[in-house]
Amino acid sequence: MDALLFLIFAAIAVGCGISVVVQRHPITSAISLIGVMGALAVLYLLLGAEFLAAVQVVVYAGAIMVLFIFVIMLLNAGVEAPGGVSWPVRLLGLPLLVVLVGLLSFLIHRSFAGGEEVRFGAFTQGGPRQIGRLLFTDYLLPFEVTSVLILIAILGAVVLARKEID
Amino acid sequence: MDSVPLSWYLILSAVLFALGVAGFLFRRNLITIFMSIELMLNAVNLSFVAFAYKLNQVDGHIFAFFVMVVAAAEAAVGLAIILTVFKRRPSLAVDEVNALKY
Repeated sequence: MDALLFLIFAAIAVGCGISVVVQRHPITSAISLIGVMGALAVLYLLLGAEFLAAVQVVVYAGAIMVLFIFVIMLLNAGVEAPGGVSWPVRLLGLPLLVVLVGLLSFLIHRSFAGGEEVRFGAFTQGGPRQIGRLLFTDYLLPFEVTSVLILIAILGAVVLARKEID
Repeated sequence: MDSVPLSWYLILSAVLFALGVAGFLFRRNLITIFMSIELMLNAVNLSFVAFAYKLNQVDGHIFAFFVMVVAAAEAAVGLAIILTVFKRRPSLAVDEVNALKY
């Protein structure tokens, strides 16, 4: 059952990921990216990360992608013009990428062969209680710095995107 | 069929990261390139969560959480920059944005 769920949602994630890269229209890419994020949320659940799965759906698939789609619609972005990629990239890019993935997979398979098995329900520390406790004790300073970062990002976005009033 | 090897999760993460790299290199649309970066960040998050499972520690989840927060901040600022660029020249092709000054 675990393997079946993993295979189904891994296939959805990879398929939507290919669609993100291949589609020529930005809005189709954005919708595919939401598919990737939803599939990843299910995989997080399988790994016992309940809190992160919820955050993934709410923050990533909810907030960030809405921002993306909003900007795409605001700019009225159409189909991407073909071309623009130089011939060495077009010739060598895909084979080299396949070699990279193959090499990475081989190394991962070698390093973790016969190692850990992921069983649903074996990891029980991924709930909001444990994450919150760690966030407000060991990681209190990074957490507070993050709030400053978000504040600066909001100010920067407002300053950059405002209309000039002369 | 009751369990999945941990390496499958890591290989899936590597594949998604490579897809993000491919999108970053091959696409010529600013917004699509930006979405490829988000795809790479998601792939890394999957690795973090998988290793948190392996080491039986929650710290990996905290790191993935921070990556999400930074991604949100980055998306806000990056999209504002794209808006500003678009105001100057109405095109989203990266090859036309090769000079920051004009």
